[in-house]
Amino acid sequence: MADQTLNAEGLNCPLPIIKAKKALKGLEAGKVLEVRSTDPGSVADFAAFCTQTGNELLKSETEGNVYLFEIKKN
Amino acid sequence: MADGDFGNAKSMSIIVTKGTLDWAYPPFILGTTAAAMDLDVTMFFTFYGLPLLNKKLDLKMTTLGNPAMKMPMAGMHMAMPNIVSALPGVDRGATTMMKNLFKKKGVASIEDLREAAVESDVRIIACQMTLDLFEMDRKDMIDGVELGGAATYIDVATKSDINLFI
Repeated sequence: MADQTLNAEGLNCPLPIIKAKKALKGLEAGKVLEVRSTDPGSVADFAAFCTQTGNELLKSETEGNVYLFEIKKN
Repeated sequence: MADGDFGNAKSMSIIVTKGTLDWAYPPFILGTTAAAMDLDVTMFFTFYGLPLLNKKLDLKMTTLGNPAMKMPMAGMHMAMPNIVSALPGVDRGATTMMKNLFKKKGVASIEDLREAAVESDVRIIACQMTLDLFEMDRKDMIDGVELGGAATYIDVATKSDINLFI
């Protein structure tokens, strides 16, 4: 499903967002970036990030202690 | 902003006035994050914040006069009494402890955050007056730094959606 995966596990605020932004820059519009994070704050942060940047948050789920996000680049 | 209109012209400015290891974090975290969220960001470095632009950073912190600083230690939290903080070597120890804590918790270093700020085209202005006052040398600073004064900042601030003083 995802075109690229970013493993941000173990990283704390604001690194998951900054690294996701960098990864999205390299993607074409319409492609999907999956992000794996262990930072509980990233749940609210990725929602806010997507609202501001206009990228679409397709998925925000928890799997054990990992937070999974799928972001579609607009 | 209208739905579907994602040409994000929002902007933020931050005045950075503190240069200790702990206080260097808020401006760089907010600046880099805002830039990642497509805001135009300007950071104005003045007084003790200005040395954060030096190529070589050797950031330190002190526990002196900071009863709110409670370091996790052996399952407990410890604040440092001022009389202990004042002893030689305590600041160095606290600085080392804090740096280890950042590493352990996956918090970026200030060097990395600063690099992210530069990479994401954050506009960086160094306060000319502070430069003169403390006899600092622009040659010791990272590339891409502009020089400016209060009027330069005010001009930026009047056009920014968010203005912070840290």
